[in-house]
Amino acid sequence: MSNYDVIIVGGGHNGLVAGSYLAKAGRRVVILEKKKAVGGAAVSEEFAPGFTASSCAGGAGYLSSKVVGDLGLKAHGLAIEPSEAVAFVPQSDGSQLTIWRDVDRTVAEIAKFSEADAKAYPGFLAAMRPMAEAVSGLLEITPPDLPEVSWSDFPSARTMAGPMRRLGRKNVSQFLKTLPMPVSDLLDEWFESDVLKGAISASAVKDISWGPRESGTAYTLLYNWALSNSGLFRSSGGMKGGMGAITQVLATAARSFGVEIQTDSPVSEILLENGVATGVGLAGGDKLNAKVIVSGVDPRTTFTELLNPSRLDLSVVRNLRNIKYRGSAARIHLALDSLPEFSALAGSADLSALEGAIQIAPNMMYIQRAYDCTKYGEYSPHPYLDIEIPTLSDPEMAPAGQHVMSITAKYVPYALRQGSWEGHREAVVDAVLSTLAEYAPNLRDSIIHKEVLLPPDLEERFGLPEGNGNHGEMSLDQFLHMRPLPGYAQYKAPVEGLFLCGAGAHPGGGVTGLPGHNAAREILKATR
Amino acid sequence: MLKKTPFHERTSQLCEGESWLDWAGHLSANSYELDHSHEYYAVRTGCGIFDVSPLYKYHVRGRDAMALLDRMSTRNVAKCKVGQIVYTAWCDDDGHIVDDGTIARLGENFFRLTTAMSLLYWLEDVGFGMDVEIEEVSQEQGALAIQGPTSKVLLQQLADANLDDLKYFRIIETKLAGVPVRIGRNGYTGDLGYEVFMDANDGLAVWDALMEKSDEYKLRPAGHIALDMVRIEAGLVLIDAEFMSATNAMYPIQRTTPFELGLDWVVNLKKSHFIGLRALREEKARGPAWTTVGLQIDVVALEALYARFGMPLILPYHSWTDPVPLYADAKQGRHIGKATSGTWSPILKRYVALARLKPEAAKIGNSLHIEMTVEGQRFTVPATVVETPFFDPPRKRA
Repeated sequence: MSNYDVIIVGGGHNGLVAGSYLAKAGRRVVILEKKKAVGGAAVSEEFAPGFTASSCAGGAGYLSSKVVGDLGLKAHGLAIEPSEAVAFVPQSDGSQLTIWRDVDRTVAEIAKFSEADAKAYPGFLAAMRPMAEAVSGLLEITPPDLPEVSWSDFPSARTMAGPMRRLGRKNVSQFLKTLPMPVSDLLDEWFESDVLKGAISASAVKDISWGPRESGTAYTLLYNWALSNSGLFRSSGGMKGGMGAITQVLATAARSFGVEIQTDSPVSEILLENGVATGVGLAGGDKLNAKVIVSGVDPRTTFTELLNPSRLDLSVVRNLRNIKYRGSAARIHLALDSLPEFSALAGSADLSALEGAIQIAPNMMYIQRAYDCTKYGEYSPHPYLDIEIPTLSDPEMAPAGQHVMSITAKYVPYALRQGSWEGHREAVVDAVLSTLAEYAPNLRDSIIHKEVLLPPDLEERFGLPEGNGNHGEMSLDQFLHMRPLPGYAQYKAPVEGLFLCGAGAHPGGGVTGLPGHNAAREILKATR
Repeated sequence: MLKKTPFHERTSQLCEGESWLDWAGHLSANSYELDHSHEYYAVRTGCGIFDVSPLYKYHVRGRDAMALLDRMSTRNVAKCKVGQIVYTAWCDDDGHIVDDGTIARLGENFFRLTTAMSLLYWLEDVGFGMDVEIEEVSQEQGALAIQGPTSKVLLQQLADANLDDLKYFRIIETKLAGVPVRIGRNGYTGDLGYEVFMDANDGLAVWDALMEKSDEYKLRPAGHIALDMVRIEAGLVLIDAEFMSATNAMYPIQRTTPFELGLDWVVNLKKSHFIGLRALREEKARGPAWTTVGLQIDVVALEALYARFGMPLILPYHSWTDPVPLYADAKQGRHIGKATSGTWSPILKRYVALARLKPEAAKIGNSLHIEMTVEGQRFTVPATVVETPFFDPPRKRA
């Protein structure tokens, strides 16, 4: 007899969220995490003596407010402190554009580049917000089982229609037009300044493998907007201790609901009996059984490493092979002996602009050109850099007076067209640091230590296929009922008794908790 | 442009009527002489040599090679011994046939698969996550089928191995006229026969060595028309005649299952797993919607129809594979299926056809009516459900 109703494979944030909801509903839940600590890709680790960084995932302000409320996370210590600055976009001529939470303040910034755009900006926000809300409505639903819609799908099909209906007739057509657009076309309709378009479009592409001129990037802009804590296209602010602090709160909450968390417990296989998932085998040889097995691991790993894919239908295998992952960024952490001095802020005592994201993406075409390289299997010589300096809000992440800079460097493909990564690692770092030097000339001299994680490193260390942090590209063809696989978007895997709760399932990536939240709802429904 | 097989240099010299067809993207002779009769009779009385190089050929190697083919095949591939060949079908998830072909086990972890359709993407999906190496060798390997009563004595003159030891549906590696070859004791004619595979570069050497003995052993190059006639006599189903691959079907009605094709004997429902198993188990339980049978067409009745027009009986010159309606009654009131291939069998002196019928009409001896056209007018002619193969000599299995 098993002690558990539910076994969750993987203690990433979605596993912790799903486990919490299930335990809260009275299920006996165990979470098996292969590493020493839970958190998955949302962890804070010491990368140099005394220096801690959010190793893989960044972006604290996307956790669903419903999850935060339902699980009482604030009572367990969740404290994401919003910053006034959302994005600081320095220019090589020493000027800069900062997007602030405060719209009027941002309008004044934009006016430096274009009076017309400054006027248009509030209207743009007003037009986009209802669409972001419509997307937001879609993120919490269980997608209908298209194309074989059954009676049981009508509630979810209706939920899908709900957010759209609230948009009103005129806005629905605008919404349907916008979703598949390149974000560049969307922004071209509103603005003339390529600097402003760069500042906004960076949010659309920061977590995907595409550039702003690719179709579907308007959707990713809205996705981030729907989840952001700022009312804008990008969240701002972080939690003391970094991303790992958030997952530690989730673990505390999970334990309070009765979830048992076993770390250092790598699952080597999901056990089947007559085609039904009945338990898991641990790398040490132990076996655990439960009525329901839930995988927070990405779909490819779940079905090829934890399961034998040759027990799946061929049509499922085909769709599985076709899931696009495509990691596109390197993660670089710098230990700095002093705060970098950005030329654009020279002589200013107010450094609050740096407390949000620092976007080294002076304009939209710059981002597109950086992306163009990866189309041909090369890394960008002039990369788009998305930077956080967490020590500005949490000095304890570095020794006194010193700083941590975490860089998401785009675009860096998973595999080079020619040759292996051997010998190219330094060249990537060099491209990043010389790009940075154009905006913060003294930076190179203040580096004490650096950690470089290329997409293959992210795959190896965080179990992210191809180094893709979203467990599958966030493209429109891998969205709603097509995520992770057509016909299997309702958190049920194509194996009876097995569910998926990770970012590979709807709605997808980011530290939102929503895949875990949605999966728990379906698991409770299926095990009533 | 159509590709040329390794034997084209010779076959193109021999193809008098320049009558070619496109077989899997290759030039392939319909018949070598203007009339195919000699080629047909050669297969039944001497032997025919068919250039079957356009077959798709795959080598599957590695620890999971057997597992891959067993997942794909409706048969139990584990039972296929090294040196054995099995005929098999494979299906999609819904139990609809994708193609048929042969699996030859060349080593413990080494198989050769021959198919009518390109299958590389299918094999890659089936073998996803397995430890296998899949290599398409369609261009690298030439293949000849030597079929007919004298095939064995002819090959024995050239082969190093003793062909007495090569039993039905077995395969050996040996040399033929000094060229390394694999000889399989199988074919698509229902006769004594062999399939010889060799490196494409060695093709002409093998061809020439065989043709040097053509007079002595009544060997003739034979084309598609003769092949189609003998395979119908042998009761063997053909892709795009008896069935359409499920991967090509545009509409559900175009899909077929192995049970509907009468291939029950290649479907092993006791296996724990293969692609389509679940659907085939369900089909078996509820009973297939169609079945495939042999028909013998009443030639005397057909002759009487021609007599009405003051004409003598005209029999089809060669085989046909266009569907022909079948009715329960002469008045064409109740449609019960279609004939899928037919031929006048010169050896048997019978007009035979393969047909897809409603199971209730498929009992041996059952009479039905087949549509026939004489001088542009439609009639029906009685036909009887009979056993297949129509032609089944003991030497086939010798």
